[in-house]
Amino acid sequence: MYLYPKWIRVWHVVNGLMFLILIITGLSMQYTDKENASFVVGFAPAVKWHNFAAIMLTVNYIIFVAGNFLTTNGQYYKTSRENFLEDLLKQLKYYSWGMFQGEKHPFPVTEKRKFNPLQKITYVLAMYVAVPLLIISGIGLLFPEITITKFFGVSGLILTDILHITMGFFLSIFMVIHIYTCTLGDKPTSLFHGMITGYHKSEEHHS
Amino acid sequence: MKLFRIRNIILVVFISFFTLPSYGNFPFKKADLLAKDTTSFVSPFEEDNQRCLKCHGQERYQYTNETLGREVKAIMCSERIVHKEEFYASNHKNFSCTDCHSAEYVKFPHSGELRMEQKLNCIDCHGGDEKFAQYHFEEIEAEYQKSTHFKMEEEGFSCWKCHNPHSYKITVRNSDNLKETIAYDNSICLNCHSNFDHFQLLTDREEINVIQKHEWLPNQAAHFKSVRCIECHSRVNDSIKVSHLLLPKTEAVKRCNECHSQNSILMASLYKFESKAQRRDGFFNGIILNESYVIGANRNEYLNLISLILFVGVLGVIAVHILFRIRKNNKTY
Repeated sequence: MYLYPKWIRVWHVVNGLMFLILIITGLSMQYTDKENASFVVGFAPAVKWHNFAAIMLTVNYIIFVAGNFLTTNGQYYKTSRENFLEDLLKQLKYYSWGMFQGEKHPFPVTEKRKFNPLQKITYVLAMYVAVPLLIISGIGLLFPEITITKFFGVSGLILTDILHITMGFFLSIFMVIHIYTCTLGDKPTSLFHGMITGYHKSEEHHS
Repeated sequence: MKLFRIRNIILVVFISFFTLPSYGNFPFKKADLLAKDTTSFVSPFEEDNQRCLKCHGQERYQYTNETLGREVKAIMCSERIVHKEEFYASNHKNFSCTDCHSAEYVKFPHSGELRMEQKLNCIDCHGGDEKFAQYHFEEIEAEYQKSTHFKMEEEGFSCWKCHNPHSYKITVRNSDNLKETIAYDNSICLNCHSNFDHFQLLTDREEINVIQKHEWLPNQAAHFKSVRCIECHSRVNDSIKVSHLLLPKTEAVKRCNECHSQNSILMASLYKFESKAQRRDGFFNGIILNESYVIGANRNEYLNLISLILFVGVLGVIAVHILFRIRKNNKTY
């Protein structure tokens, strides 16, 4: 079934690439040392590329939010409060136990339900909580002159930075898990294939 | 990369608009910084000094011209003006004018020959004196002689070009406001490096636009407010309090990670005089955080550890999951 329209796929690949650049350059800025000037990338190019990827990611994020408002894609993220915890546990139990016993997917992919309950909540937390906080704190670091200098006696910049790196870290962890769960399709590559062609082949598993 | 250039241009224009009287000049004015210092100090030589300051303490002075037989009003040459408030707030406030200048100056009109008197340098008073031994003036002199400024001695460069004997005050090691110290110290450099009239007195080089020259520096305004020029333009010497070996521009620090790293050079220069006590909240170079924040130098060891544990934990869970999947596949086939 055709699940991923072109704009989603383009958004997704840009988002992924920019995020990779941001992780590599972010780590490079945080952990470069005098002796080994390039942890991965040198500090100066890391700053440039981090700024570039951040602006691209922000523009891309605006497209994502607008797309979700203007198309039906936003509907997929709606989580019902009814049986919220039960459904989450059901999905978790499937990943940690059921799938090894040959059980069927508790929430198979349909045209009306692209995401399982665990995906819904993590995607919403990532895209509507962590990413906005990451972008706002990132703007604060990109323009340190607009960031409050003192907040209850503590440097406003360090608080902004801690928020930024914490969100960056959680989203990096999300990315690792996201990529891993993408191997849980029919074949380890089928879900990646779906995200490239737009067509979801299996109704069994998905990331 | 065009985006950054546009961003930098916007920033420079914005900062220039609000802070610079003319392009190429700089926001800090030494006089403004010093004017804040209203001290109640009373010099033991106030009366004696007042005889000089009556004319030399202001732009306009008047005296009785006995030849003409009348009062004459005149403008004091700006180089000969000593602002009273600045002098009595300076390091040399305890001095009488005639401690350094000839006692002959007491006579008016001053003899023309007096202008030719040899001026003292720092080392002339501070050298070989036990009272000042801890400041290592001899070492400062040696460092200065290796510095790029020393090359201009023949053109008239001397200690006084940076350390005005009538107004200079030590700031960095006894200030509780680092930002003000930074602005004060940078204003010393900018007195020549952003004032072409002063600059031309010592060199035939073309005018330098400090802002343009530092265009490569990300967040230029934040850097200029948070570090002194000498952090990058001089070589640190641990035995003296403030580095005096000013480097030619080709040897200036340009690698970001000299400061933006765990063993940041800022700890040996700008933050040398801050409390040595390490903060207990796990921040590397935590002392910087009292005033500023330096990416790369201010990581937190606890956050590093927690993130590492979480990351390894996630990889561990994934590894176990993969093992179970392989076992299941083996069973199936």
